[in-house]
Amino acid sequence: MLEIKGLTASINDKPILRGIDLVVPKGEIHAVMGPNGAGKSTLGYVLSGREGYEATGGSATFNGADLLDIEPEERAALGLFLAFQYPVELPGVGNANFLRTALNALRRARGEAEMDAPGFLKLARAEMKRLSMPDDMLKRNVNVGFSGGEKKRNEVLQMAILRPKLAILDETDSGLDIDALRIVADGVNALRGPEFSALVITHYQRLLDYIVPDRVHVLAEGRIVRSGGPELALELEANGYAGIVADAA
Amino acid sequence: MSTDAFLARYAERKTGLGDLALRERAAGLLRAKGLPGPRDEAWRYTRLLPLTQTDFVEPRAEAFDASALLARLPAIDAPRLVFVDGRFSPVHSTLPNLAGIRAGVPAFGTGARPDLDPLVALNTMLTEDGVAITVPADVDAGTIVLASLATGQGGRAIAFHPRHSVTLAPGAKLTLIEIGLGEGVYFHNPVITAAIAQGASLTHLRLQTESETGFVLSTVYADVATGGTYDSFQLAMGGRLARAEIHATLSGPDAIAHLNAAQLLGGVQHADFTTIVSHDAPNCASRQTVKTVLTGRSRGVFQGKIEVARAAQKTDGYQMNQALLLSPDAEMDSKPQLEIYADDVKCSHGATVGELDPEQLFYLRSRGVPAAEARAILVRAFLDAALEPISHEAGRAAMEDAIAAWWARQA
Repeated sequence: MLEIKGLTASINDKPILRGIDLVVPKGEIHAVMGPNGAGKSTLGYVLSGREGYEATGGSATFNGADLLDIEPEERAALGLFLAFQYPVELPGVGNANFLRTALNALRRARGEAEMDAPGFLKLARAEMKRLSMPDDMLKRNVNVGFSGGEKKRNEVLQMAILRPKLAILDETDSGLDIDALRIVADGVNALRGPEFSALVITHYQRLLDYIVPDRVHVLAEGRIVRSGGPELALELEANGYAGIVADAA
Repeated sequence: MSTDAFLARYAERKTGLGDLALRERAAGLLRAKGLPGPRDEAWRYTRLLPLTQTDFVEPRAEAFDASALLARLPAIDAPRLVFVDGRFSPVHSTLPNLAGIRAGVPAFGTGARPDLDPLVALNTMLTEDGVAITVPADVDAGTIVLASLATGQGGRAIAFHPRHSVTLAPGAKLTLIEIGLGEGVYFHNPVITAAIAQGASLTHLRLQTESETGFVLSTVYADVATGGTYDSFQLAMGGRLARAEIHATLSGPDAIAHLNAAQLLGGVQHADFTTIVSHDAPNCASRQTVKTVLTGRSRGVFQGKIEVARAAQKTDGYQMNQALLLSPDAEMDSKPQLEIYADDVKCSHGATVGELDPEQLFYLRSRGVPAAEARAILVRAFLDAALEPISHEAGRAAMEDAIAAWWARQA
């Protein structure tokens, strides 16, 4: 369970998160929606420990462990995974090598045995097939020369292989056509289960047609201004953010 | 040791050395020009002051124990020519099955320019040993390892100036893996000349892991005739003061030269990679990818000159030089230089100096990769473009192992 209480964060002394309260129980998928500049991506970065995105107040715990006090790799070892809005290119790093290094780093941190190359390739190929990714994407350098859709699929592939307990999807739908969106959503839905929770950050309701959330939260000006069931996303789609943000103000 | 001191050393010893006419001429050139100093444009970024302030003695003939150094040689399944403290060591060598090998005397070869390079004049004047490798026409001589081990001679700072030559007849092939390592303070000043005839191919891999208190100033001259290839890669991580200078002359049409390099530097090391590629004939191609990683207060230099003669139409020249600064106190100097006298050529060059990308680091860490391992992955990735062209498997593995060991020492 992810528990966020009164979380505040500033970037270059400018307050971005002004006291977030949010609970994502185990096994649930919650959506965070909001207008541009609301602080959605900042929330993802603060939770995953990106440099320059430190919390200034409040708390965030995952299954009781204080997230804010530990390194990004330690958060990953607890089961946290951030699917990047703009996946980073790593020239000179092969995708297969990257994935296996990450998987084995997590296994080591959890006291599990490392996976050998043949075992890993079998796993990766099976997951890639499910995500309709061509085999050669394992040989290419990480995200280098990938189309926008391929990069997002590569994020979902990482998620499928690393099996996080909590995934934060930061605008994973941006730049995807409808077929790619469906593939990405299927990839996330395949992980659904009692041990998997997700925070789906999105600007548009469209993604939530495919990944149906248990709860929807509206983030505006650094605060959660409204929470509701999946129908809240439809209301936002119909009426826009303006009404809700104005009501809250 | 000053120019005069080296000349005095020569005066004492010259009666015992052969090739006196050659040496006398070299001594005259060295006397006239002196060792490179701050006024020499080619040595602007690399000062020899620490070298001239160190007194070097002659290597002692007695055999110092080289077993620890031998154990450090990478395992490469190939014949090897081992030099210990500058002298050929038959007991540590396994000779290749090749008639054209002569070790034990300097191999002056052709193409060296003592008139332009004072260190080559110094080498010519004082050299005592070397190997000549000759590969007959259309023979693939496989791989030969050429190793220089400096034992430190129980605390004596020695100077040695090996002189090697490689001659490939038309259609001949050879991979020469040169490895330098040592202990203590010494001055290693090798000169290698390579004559690559029509359609011949020399792959020259160099692993410079010499003592971090050593001085290593090497000069290579490669002449490549029609359709020939000089394919070189150097990994430099040793020496307090190191410079590798390569002159590659593409003297016949359709010749190819690759001068790739990686330099990994730390502490107070200074390393300089200087190349002069002369396109003298049409339709030749040269490729250079040079990567330098710097930690501590180290300083790296790359000077890359591409000269395209008027006759060298359709020249294809490429040079990329990149440095990764892992410390705020490290410094990189880079000087690309293009001199083009032909009008139909394609020459490009680029240079960058940067730090590890925090976004890439965060991406890896967010996937669970610990910070130190993430940095190692990114440093290795940075070097990839220079290492990727190495097709010799064992040579490449030796380079990879050396890089991994270097990185482990930084942690």
